[in-house]
Formats: sequence, C-alpha cells, structure tokens
Amino acid sequence: MSVNGLIRLGDNALVLGQRLSEWCGHAPALEEDIALANIALDFIGQTQLWLGLAGEREGLGRTADTLAYTRDAWDFRNLLMVEQPNRDFGVTMMRQFLFDSWHFEALTALTHHGDVEISAIAQKAVKEVTYHRERSTDAVVALGDGTEVSHKRMQSALDRLWPYVGEMFTGDADDLTDMAALRPAFDAHAGAALDEATLTRPTSDFAHQGGKTGVRHSEHLGHMLAVMQVLPRNYPDATW
Amino acid sequence: MKSEWPLWEVFIRGQHGLSHRHVGSLHATDAEHAIQNARDVYTRRKEGISIWVVPAAHITASSPDDKGAFYDPADDKVYRHPSFFNIPDDVGAM
Repeated sequence: MSVNGLIRLGDNALVLGQRLSEWCGHAPALEEDIALANIALDFIGQTQLWLGLAGEREGLGRTADTLAYTRDAWDFRNLLMVEQPNRDFGVTMMRQFLFDSWHFEALTALTHHGDVEISAIAQKAVKEVTYHRERSTDAVVALGDGTEVSHKRMQSALDRLWPYVGEMFTGDADDLTDMAALRPAFDAHAGAALDEATLTRPTSDFAHQGGKTGVRHSEHLGHMLAVMQVLPRNYPDATW
Repeated sequence: MKSEWPLWEVFIRGQHGLSHRHVGSLHATDAEHAIQNARDVYTRRKEGISIWVVPAAHITASSPDDKGAFYDPADDKVYRHPSFFNIPDDVGAM
C-alpha cells in the first residue's frame, strides 16, 4: 500500500479545491458562485480523508493538516492540470470537466480496491464527483455550443489545457490503480461531450509531466500554496 | 441584449414532507441547469429529497387588488371550518 498514492489523490483534491475557492465572491452569477464553493468544499472534504489516511499509514505523526499546510511545492504530488490558474470562467470549467472526467473513472476503479479504507473513501467521493462531472460537462456543452464568443473561449481553453490531460494516464507503482486503463472510458465520455459542444480536440498528444511525481511543478503551484499556507505557517497555534 | 438568465421558482420536498414547498427562486439558463442550481443553492443542508423548478414567467398570480373580493367573504363563514365535530381518537393525526 503506497502512501504516495494516497498523497497524490489528496493533493489533487486539495489543490483543485483551493483553486475553486478563489472564485468565491467572483463568479459570474450568484448561483455559479455557490455551486463552485460547494464543489470546492467537496474537494476539501475528500482531501481530509485521503491525506488523513496517508498520514495514518505513514506512521510519522503527520495529519491531514500538517501534510496540507507544511509541505513545500516540490513535495506536492498533484497533477499539473489542477494547479493551472483559473483565468476566466471558461478555462475553469474546461479544467473542471477534464479533471472530473478522469476523476470519476479513477474513483470508480478505486471503489473495487482491496483495501477497505481506500474503497470506502472512493465510494463516498464518487457520489460527489458524479455530480461534479455532470455539472462541468453541461457547462462545457452549453458554452462550447453557445455563442460565437463563448465557443471561441472554450476552444482556446481546450487548446490550453489539453497538454495536461496526458499526465492523468501516466502511472507507476505508487498509484493505487492502473491509470492507463482509465483512458478508453475517459475518451468515451470526454469525446462525446466535446463533440456535442462542437469543440475540436487538439491533434497533438504532447503531455506536460512532473506533477504527480513531484519532479517539475509549474510556477503557479508555489504562488497558490503561499496564499493557502500563510496563516498556519505564521500562526501555527491558530485555532478557529 | 438581455444578459440576465431567466428566473425559475424552486419547490423542494423535504425528508418527511408530503408536498413540495416553495423555497425561493434562482437564475438558470435552462431547466436542467435550474435543477442543478437548486441543488446547490437550496439543498446544501439536506433540506430535501426532490426538486421541482418552474419558469417564473409561467406562474400566474392573483392580483393584490382582488384581495377584498377574493378573501373577505370567507371571514364570516366560520361554519366552513370542520371544527364542530369531535374527532375520534382512533383517527389519529388529521
């Protein structure tokens, strides 16, 4: 059982949850604002479970909080996709759609994991992620097949983020499930949605890598962690 | 161009409620989007197990001007309340 595999799942949820929370008070409509905050909170809840279990299995006394707030960027094991900046609402929804499409398949596979604690977390999370995927898929279809402006923005969001898809399906012994095996189901869902959205998938399969291995994060992660960690690092005894 | 999304009225049936109750309104682009927004705005604290949404434009409301003609005549017809019967205990909650 790999602690790193748990940390990867926890870090994906933590970094994307933090990214989505940046929208709080800024989303284009009140309803979207509340929905994004809800989804961000789902991710933080999943983070507590994955990183909590990671700390427990590691046996060095680290908790979900210490893992989240006291590691530096090079110790994070999240996919490069989730640390990409929000930019506009279209980029945020495209990032969400691509991640959710992978996340749903990964968690579905993990519900059958032999470790009962892992499968229990996956079973709880997959219910939330089923909704996340439904919502982000509908948004991508609506905006892609929307106005000329929204279509153009969604196509440029897809072009921007597609090079981060490949990393989701790379794998090694630390992973808790075979990531490459998730690709056909991802392609089926994402492909159908992108067709309906009248968006064209880039032909290049070039994939940025280095997030889940921690070898090379993008410059964006450090800035995000600085904001996320400043309070617990400056006031380690703070409670609320 | 009108940039606001259409308004929808939201009805939620609670865990133990028998009927859907009006809980408020929200903006959404279409019916499915309205259901999703209602889920996020109005059921975050386990308020319900079923959601209805109705385009606000499809609701026909009575006019406040009709208040007198509509409701005042019921004021002196107390016999319309079934409060003159003794309800047997076996009937239970009515």
